[in-house]
Amino acid sequence: MAVNIISRLAWRNVWRHPRRTWLTIGAMVFSNALLVFMISIQFGMYGLMIDNTLKAFTGHMQVQAPGYKDDLKMRQVVPDAATLAEKLRSELKLDRISARSSAFALLSSEDRSYGVQVFGVDPQYEPGVSTIPGLVREGRFPTDNNAQEIVIGKTLARNLRVETGDELTLLGSGRDGSFAAAVAEIVGIFDSGVPDFDRSIAEIPLGFFGDVFFMDHAAHSIVIVAPALSAVEEYRPRVEELLSPADGLVVHDWNALQPGLKQAIQADISSAFFMYGILVILVAFSVMNTQLMSVLERTHEFGIVMSLGVTPGRLGRLVLLETGMIALAGLVLGALVGGLITLWFGYKGFSYPGMDQLAANFNLPSRFYPQVTVLTLFLGPVFVFAGSILSALYPALRLQWVHPVEAMRSLQ
Amino acid sequence: MSAVRCVDLCKTYRQGDQDIKALDHVDLEISDGGFVCLSAPSGGGKTTLLNAIGGLDKPDTGEVWIAEQRIDQMSKGELAALRLSQIGFVFQAYNLIPVLSARENIEFVMQVQGQPTALRRDKAMAILREVGLAGLEDRRPAEMSGGQQQRVAVARAIVSRPALVLADEPTANLDSTTSDGLMALFVDLNQNHNTTFVIATHDQRVMGYAKRLIRMLDGKIVDDIDQQAA
Repeated sequence: MAVNIISRLAWRNVWRHPRRTWLTIGAMVFSNALLVFMISIQFGMYGLMIDNTLKAFTGHMQVQAPGYKDDLKMRQVVPDAATLAEKLRSELKLDRISARSSAFALLSSEDRSYGVQVFGVDPQYEPGVSTIPGLVREGRFPTDNNAQEIVIGKTLARNLRVETGDELTLLGSGRDGSFAAAVAEIVGIFDSGVPDFDRSIAEIPLGFFGDVFFMDHAAHSIVIVAPALSAVEEYRPRVEELLSPADGLVVHDWNALQPGLKQAIQADISSAFFMYGILVILVAFSVMNTQLMSVLERTHEFGIVMSLGVTPGRLGRLVLLETGMIALAGLVLGALVGGLITLWFGYKGFSYPGMDQLAANFNLPSRFYPQVTVLTLFLGPVFVFAGSILSALYPALRLQWVHPVEAMRSLQ
Repeated sequence: MSAVRCVDLCKTYRQGDQDIKALDHVDLEISDGGFVCLSAPSGGGKTTLLNAIGGLDKPDTGEVWIAEQRIDQMSKGELAALRLSQIGFVFQAYNLIPVLSARENIEFVMQVQGQPTALRRDKAMAILREVGLAGLEDRRPAEMSGGQQQRVAVARAIVSRPALVLADEPTANLDSTTSDGLMALFVDLNQNHNTTFVIATHDQRVMGYAKRLIRMLDGKIVDDIDQQAA
């Protein structure tokens, strides 16, 4: 293949000082590999954070009465919730749809009392929309929709000094404002790993909840899990179509239900990308230094080619081409090295001392398996590439002021 | 038509505390197909005059015309285009691009001119044969002798058949045989292609080839001899 002389000249200029070129490429490879690894971990963690948080309880969407999301009033309900949930399951052909109710109540054991949020859940469908049933470590999750049974978190059990088989008294206000009270047997204790959940949540069968809180077949939300997070946009209008306008119900997606999650991710992205930006700037300065040295030591040669009729603009493009070659090598090698490191940790798992406690706060596992995607592989290196080209603009523009005669007088 | 016309050229350099008059009211006209040697002691102004004619350096005052175009007021880009299309330079120090082979050094200018790959390759090989460097086309400057490098530099200057060739001490680093070969090539181009040559030199043998000999001293033309008439 014929490579034109300008490209050949640029390539050979790049390798005039192999050690210097390799040092520059090395800095790029290091930063690119680091960026690929860090961004893979970061984006993977966001996916897991969203997935785990939504899987734990929220689901991808919820059907609620208007205003319930911001003001959890008992009387803001979804009427005849079990029927609506069944209709949605059948029309959408999705199994992972379940009705749920919620109330604040005082739970009392023989020794102690704690205020908790009690959820009424459908034992048959709740495991499809929440990971709590699968996190029961002692006992079992209720199976009968009307059984007077309760499941509580590990921390709450410790605080109340109870275990499975004990009874708890439940006191609260019903949907109609009347006094709600019941006694339920602890059949299971769950350990979600999320301290807030384990300390302040209790779950009872939806039928039992309806009896205690006078719900009259209503519930507070229908929780829906789409086949994937990315399918939410597709399913949301379909759910809205199936709702009766007369009920005036609304559909909230996960972003509306968990606004803090997206904000936390955005805050983390901002701080992380600030650090990445500093890394890119450092690499850009290294490239600028290399190219500036390269231009200065070739002043005599630039004088020669200018005397032959080559314009400073063309010489500037030659310098940019040389920089592009170095940056491209850094991009390819950096993405390769970073991709391989990420793949290795994707296979072996990544962790560090203290990560388990930190991860638990964000509903994440203690060992993380980063995944390589096209975005995580090239996002960082593309910024390093662009930064390098921008940094070479100064040495390239400097050639505009080179005077051929003075340049040829300079030392070879 | 005149190939080169200089009108009242002045150029002063500052060297330490002193002002050096490199060109002092120089008037010069060289016709198409001229073969002119500029002779002067060191610092006499011949290189400055060559640079001014080639548009590499601007005079302080005066006018420079190349092929009826005034060039002392041209922009950098216009001057570069003029040099690329009409002027060939040969330097004393060869000034080849060290990372390119002999053929690539010659092709480089043609690529900048936008000539197609096959044509410039053929032309480069032909000119290398013409200057006696067939078989050395893939050698880089560091792998060639001074004479061979100078011949590559000459080949680079004349490959596009420029109307004007400016040569600054082209034989200074060559032995007499190579010098004679180079001058024979210049004479051939001058006679058969009507190429105008302006050569700055100290070399009496080179001066012998010139149709016209101009002597300079302290930036002034002190003698202008038509050697054909003599």
